[in-house]
Amino acid sequence: MNVAISFLKKPLVIALLLIVALLYLGEGLSPGFASADQILRLLIVASLLGIVAAGQNVVILGGREGIDLSVGGVVSLSAIIAGNVMNGADGGILPAVLACLAAGAFFGLLNGLGVTLLRIPPLVMTLGMLGVLQGLLVVIRNGIPSGRAAPGLSAFVTQPLVLGIPGIIWLWIAVGLFMAFMLSRTVFGHRIYAIGSNEHAAYMAGVPVRRMRIGLFMISGMFAAVAGLCLLGYSGSSFANVGEQYMLSSIIAVVFGGTSLAGGKGGYTGTMAGALLLVILQGILTTVNIDESGRQMVFGATLLLLMLFYGRGRAMRA
Amino acid sequence: MTPTTTETLSSHAGGLKLWLERYPFLPALIIVVALLALNGAFSPNSLGYRSLTGLLSTYMALIMLAIAQTYVVSAGDIDLSAGATLSLVNVAIVVLMEKWGGGAGAVVGAMLLGVLLGLVCGVINGIVVAALRLQAIVATFATSIFFTGVALYVMPVAGTPAPALFWRTYGGRLLGLPFVFYVLAALALLLFLLSRTRLVTQLLAVGDDQQAAYQTGLPVVLIRIKGYALCGLFSALAAFCLTGDTASGDPLVGGKMTLYSVAAVVLGGSALAGGWTTVVGSLLGALTIGLVNSLVFFMGTPSEWQNFVQGLAILFVLMAGVLAGRRARA
Repeated sequence: MNVAISFLKKPLVIALLLIVALLYLGEGLSPGFASADQILRLLIVASLLGIVAAGQNVVILGGREGIDLSVGGVVSLSAIIAGNVMNGADGGILPAVLACLAAGAFFGLLNGLGVTLLRIPPLVMTLGMLGVLQGLLVVIRNGIPSGRAAPGLSAFVTQPLVLGIPGIIWLWIAVGLFMAFMLSRTVFGHRIYAIGSNEHAAYMAGVPVRRMRIGLFMISGMFAAVAGLCLLGYSGSSFANVGEQYMLSSIIAVVFGGTSLAGGKGGYTGTMAGALLLVILQGILTTVNIDESGRQMVFGATLLLLMLFYGRGRAMRA
Repeated sequence: MTPTTTETLSSHAGGLKLWLERYPFLPALIIVVALLALNGAFSPNSLGYRSLTGLLSTYMALIMLAIAQTYVVSAGDIDLSAGATLSLVNVAIVVLMEKWGGGAGAVVGAMLLGVLLGLVCGVINGIVVAALRLQAIVATFATSIFFTGVALYVMPVAGTPAPALFWRTYGGRLLGLPFVFYVLAALALLLFLLSRTRLVTQLLAVGDDQQAAYQTGLPVVLIRIKGYALCGLFSALAAFCLTGDTASGDPLVGGKMTLYSVAAVVLGGSALAGGWTTVVGSLLGALTIGLVNSLVFFMGTPSEWQNFVQGLAILFVLMAGVLAGRRARA
């Protein structure tokens, strides 16, 4: 019995149960919601969020109030860079990928340097960086057209690739396997948990804390850049601030996955379920016929309700 | 005995530290003065009575919102719904004032209900974060979505005008002085009175070390809820200033202001981790944002570069604010 209860209390299990429940609810509210086609579409949207959340996840795991508010800006920037580099030609995909990764890594590096060398709290540093990125987007958009996705990229994101499943979902699965491997099987992964749960002890044990933390922010920037690239493939062309929605929803996906914002505890498998949960919830709210105000109220209230299932803080004890 | 020890111990740098300890908003003040001087250098007109009054009435809403944020930050919390609360109070008072005919009675009645609404939003946040123990960043983001939904329900599309009486008073003069000066004076008095209350000290105690505060017997949960209520109250006051400035209701107006309010708190020299905050600093921090924006304009920056230069300048002053604040606390 106790085993069963502790099993049911695992964030991943909670998220999966909620996902199934929501799919049933969606199917009940509007028949066809849980059809294979629809689920594939939800999975595509979830993989975009999930890839951003992967970077957010490692930054949060690394502790010291780690958080990356600039991911939304990087997603938008990457979409616009990719659109201009490839400009509708398949031959431009590889240069676009490289350019996006470089941009993501660059802004991650700046975040990391500010957080480690100047010891600016991550929230402040990445908030300031978000402002810079938003300004940069205005500059770029005024100078050049927004650019188009290459057909190959669009097909990768929206068309079936292998076994009837689009390439982006395979990419997300690959990201999931990579993260699981990195976090549980590599020295780097173990060090993330080490600096996240006790930075000082990790430092004493010889972990290069600063370099690690800079690396985490660079990983976050690069994942956001990949998501921006895929987002361009999903929507065909980039438009103003496409990435903005990912800032806080990537954090919520991480929290729904059972990773504590305090750092050092959690993993990516739960975050994947969290991203899916969030996307299904939004999907249901768009299918249901209520106006925008009701949708927002229900969304906000449901988020709060769902949070009650996860990592609540400890009660004060004397 | 004590004074002499302090004197002998304090070298030159120590003296500076004492100053910073007593007036933690000094770095922010220096930044504001420097920005004012730069503004004046690029456009002497911008230091005129009229432009400064204009700047103050435009940024008064952000000043109030930054102060609102300061009280939750004092206790080590954060409120990402402050902007949404502002929007909700903004549309609610505009709709109420219109419904009740737009006379003096309607304005006062709507404002009273607006204050109440702000307090309710704050208490909801407080219960969610302190009593239900959800993580402040994500929980107040969720409540912000909820409050935005309510605001959209009250007024689905932006544009309902506020009664002339309301914005004419806010933008006008009283006894020969611009009305915003009275707002500022009232704010100063309110802040002074609040600073003498036990609550502000308790908020700082909770923010400094929650466990220690609990063990000394402070009702930590209740104090944090009160902090959020104070935040809701000032968000409502911010909504009044905004309504006076824009003269209309907009259910999404505050969304973008939330992150600016957090930035203003940091610019002012407060520590986001809690336990060390300054409301005067937050006021100056909000002014810094306003002055940076106008400076970038007066420098003749090409319009497409303005946002970028603003972003960069704010990032730099944010860093300066954090570094100076740490020096003061170290």
